[in-house]
Amino acid sequence: MRDLIIIGGGPAGLAAAYAAYEKGVRDILIIERDAKLGGILNQCIHNGFGLHRFGEELSGPEYAGRYIAMLKDTGVEVYSDTMVLELRPDRTVCAVSAARGYVELQAKAIVLAMGCRERTRGAISIPGKRPSGVFTAGAAQRYLNMEGWLCGKRVVILGSGDIGLIMARRMTLEGAKVLACVEVMPYSGGLNRNIVQCLHDFDIPLYLSHTVTDIRGDKRLTGVTVMKVDDRRMPIPGTEMDFDCDTLLLSVGLIPENELTRQAGITISKTNGPVVFDNMETSLPGVFACGNVVHVHDLVDFVSEEAARAGSAAADRIFGKLPGESAVSVLTGNAVSYTVPQYIRDSENEKAVSVSFRVNKVMENVTIEVQGKEKTLCSYKRAHMAPGEMEKIVIPRVLLKNETAVTVAIKE
Amino acid sequence: MYDVLIIGCGVVGAAAAYALSRYDLRVAVIEKENDVAMGASRANSAIIHAGFDPEEGTLDALLNVRGCAMAEELCRRLDVPYKKNGSLVISFSPEEDAAIDRLYARGVANGVPGLRVVGYDELHEMEPNLTPDARKALYAPSAGIVSPWDYALAMAEVAVRNGTGLFLETEVTGAKKSEEGWIIRTNRGDLEARYVVNCAGVHSGEVHDMACPHTFDIIPCKGQYFLLDKSEGAKFTHTLFQCPSKVGKGVLVSPTVHGNLIVGPDAVNVPDPDDTSTTAQQLAFIKRAAAKTTSAVDYRAQIRNFAGVRANNSAGGFIISFGEKGWLDAAGIKSPGLTAAPAIGEYLAELLEKDGLALNPRAGFVDGRKVVRFKELSSEEKNSLIARDPRYGRVICRCETVTEGEIVASTRTEIPARTVDGVKRRTNAGMGRCQGGFCGPRVVEILARESGVEMKDVLKDKTGSYILSEKL
Repeated sequence: MRDLIIIGGGPAGLAAAYAAYEKGVRDILIIERDAKLGGILNQCIHNGFGLHRFGEELSGPEYAGRYIAMLKDTGVEVYSDTMVLELRPDRTVCAVSAARGYVELQAKAIVLAMGCRERTRGAISIPGKRPSGVFTAGAAQRYLNMEGWLCGKRVVILGSGDIGLIMARRMTLEGAKVLACVEVMPYSGGLNRNIVQCLHDFDIPLYLSHTVTDIRGDKRLTGVTVMKVDDRRMPIPGTEMDFDCDTLLLSVGLIPENELTRQAGITISKTNGPVVFDNMETSLPGVFACGNVVHVHDLVDFVSEEAARAGSAAADRIFGKLPGESAVSVLTGNAVSYTVPQYIRDSENEKAVSVSFRVNKVMENVTIEVQGKEKTLCSYKRAHMAPGEMEKIVIPRVLLKNETAVTVAIKE
Repeated sequence: MYDVLIIGCGVVGAAAAYALSRYDLRVAVIEKENDVAMGASRANSAIIHAGFDPEEGTLDALLNVRGCAMAEELCRRLDVPYKKNGSLVISFSPEEDAAIDRLYARGVANGVPGLRVVGYDELHEMEPNLTPDARKALYAPSAGIVSPWDYALAMAEVAVRNGTGLFLETEVTGAKKSEEGWIIRTNRGDLEARYVVNCAGVHSGEVHDMACPHTFDIIPCKGQYFLLDKSEGAKFTHTLFQCPSKVGKGVLVSPTVHGNLIVGPDAVNVPDPDDTSTTAQQLAFIKRAAAKTTSAVDYRAQIRNFAGVRANNSAGGFIISFGEKGWLDAAGIKSPGLTAAPAIGEYLAELLEKDGLALNPRAGFVDGRKVVRFKELSSEEKNSLIARDPRYGRVICRCETVTEGEIVASTRTEIPARTVDGVKRRTNAGMGRCQGGFCGPRVVEILARESGVEMKDVLKDKTGSYILSEKL
């Protein structure tokens, strides 16, 4: 029986390992499917990482490098090039690799840090032909930044998620012509700084409330049709715009990758990630989760922070320090699409609990309220809120004492 | 000079090649695309139909029932994914109840084994996720589900192993009678054969007209589909048809042999036989139509849409006959063509023999095929395989658990995978929920390495479908 197994060696897994080590755990194994640690950060060669965590601007590989350096000489073991095939409810991990073959390993605690995957063309039913030249933004990013291949010369981007925006700039810098970025919603799904730095600075038009309605080409993509959509996101006839392009990049959302989680029978929430307590423990005792496998983050810095909480709680579990029994439910109120965590348990060590969430529309000058049974427990002012930006509030635990459920809501 | 030249390597051409490869003949197949099974054979419902649909006494009925009976043993021998899951034709109204009874009678007349009509309670016990409107159903236990492209590929591979020539990217441009048979003109030069077998699917009309008087029209009929994740496939056991009515044939809902769920198709005649585009309007129609059968499908779990084009024809049924001396058509093979294919292959061999082609057994004919599918192995088998070849320990496709060893193996068969979609059809890599988002770049890398070409020369699918444009 091992102490701690962490599934995934990206930013979440690395930060969870470091936090568990800091808390005294010495038998830690990270299982990573890629040849090296760092996860998706390895292909994110742009800057903007680490402002919160390290107080400076780093590239993705540099950010991962910091954590890999921190883990040096800690004795944390890494199985790279190893794929986890199954997680059993008794915390047995079945994994396979060329080096070790098929192995089954049981641990006192498990941290799930598998990250997320990109939503595809098929998932959103873009009609038309099925030529080559339609890529998820992340796949195009991998070709470009890891293998040194540009996947096309005339590009339309569907979706204004951050990876799509980053790739608009990146492909422009490498000589491709990015004709348009098309977003079905009336607002962007990405960070405002990316809209400015990746689109505006390069004169790439952003078409809000538009979508791709046809894909042409029998072999390679030859063009797409873009149409304006109405309030119900249905294309409006007569608004067709044709673009001649050889490449369509999709940045239409990320989905937490929870096949192992489901297999283990762990409860899944509406974020598509596991339901978690405030210490990031899932419905299966001893199994924790953090990072994009729980909910999709905008900034890696907050992934690290959440992962540190999971790693530290896993250490507590290994050393027999169990959390309280009773739990306060965190519910979603007006304009809030989800919260993480969904449950808060008593804690002797921590005076406050941090709750992350997203809103479902763009709003100005609003108040976030945490409502208890009889009154508003605390509130937080915001000048601007948007679905593309994850929000975080810190609730003093003392306020939760007499509550069984609290609601996070936006007062407009 | 070939004894037999087969035009088209879809499932029918492959079945013809497989049937003829048992005999001491010189046979070749020409195929205009860069892989086999590139038309309707890779874009269909993937159903082995029991055989109650075709009119009693027709050739279609005979070959359907015979093909269905052959499927289980053939798939076992060729290691093709197949499951005899049974089908249900469901009635939703009293008029349809009567139609179900008529289908039952026709099925019995066609010789479909084990048919019976199941009532409301039994039906809903068999399929708990049906709408309450489902009244009763015709149950056909002999129906099944199959991997359609692998069915075609497996038969073609065995034929090639036994000496059949396969010329890919070879398109027929004309045909001319010769002293001993036919000269077939192609973009790669002329080929001569005593017999030509036309298995050109939606193009079989054009090919026929190159050699024979015009006797039939192909009426291309497009069908679109949804393919959904395994979470949805697990909700159903049988292939669920709606009772055919005056309004139309209805759409089917079925688990696939890979565990996914397939919903579709519609049926719309199209002028272009190669028009495999999907449309928002028809996809919406399919969803609405399927809602009559079940409301349990969660379309948020959809993985892909696709369309295939049926070779419907003016003659109504399969056109399997000599169009000229030495020219045998297997034209207009529409549904249930996938099911009937192996029986069509044998029937074509019989017709050629009757016409005077001597069918002497081929010495050293090697039947059968074995494919390593890592995911299906026990832990011990996994370990001994990895010990022998560590590439089986490296998972490339996470969604479907496909290893580098399997991908490499797919590039070394009788008909090796050359494209990313070719690898997908042979190994399932890229078939899952991320649709090759993660494994695509790795598959390109492996294909480039194994075929000794640059990454930019690796194609996604058909000739011209390049993936990468420029090395930086």
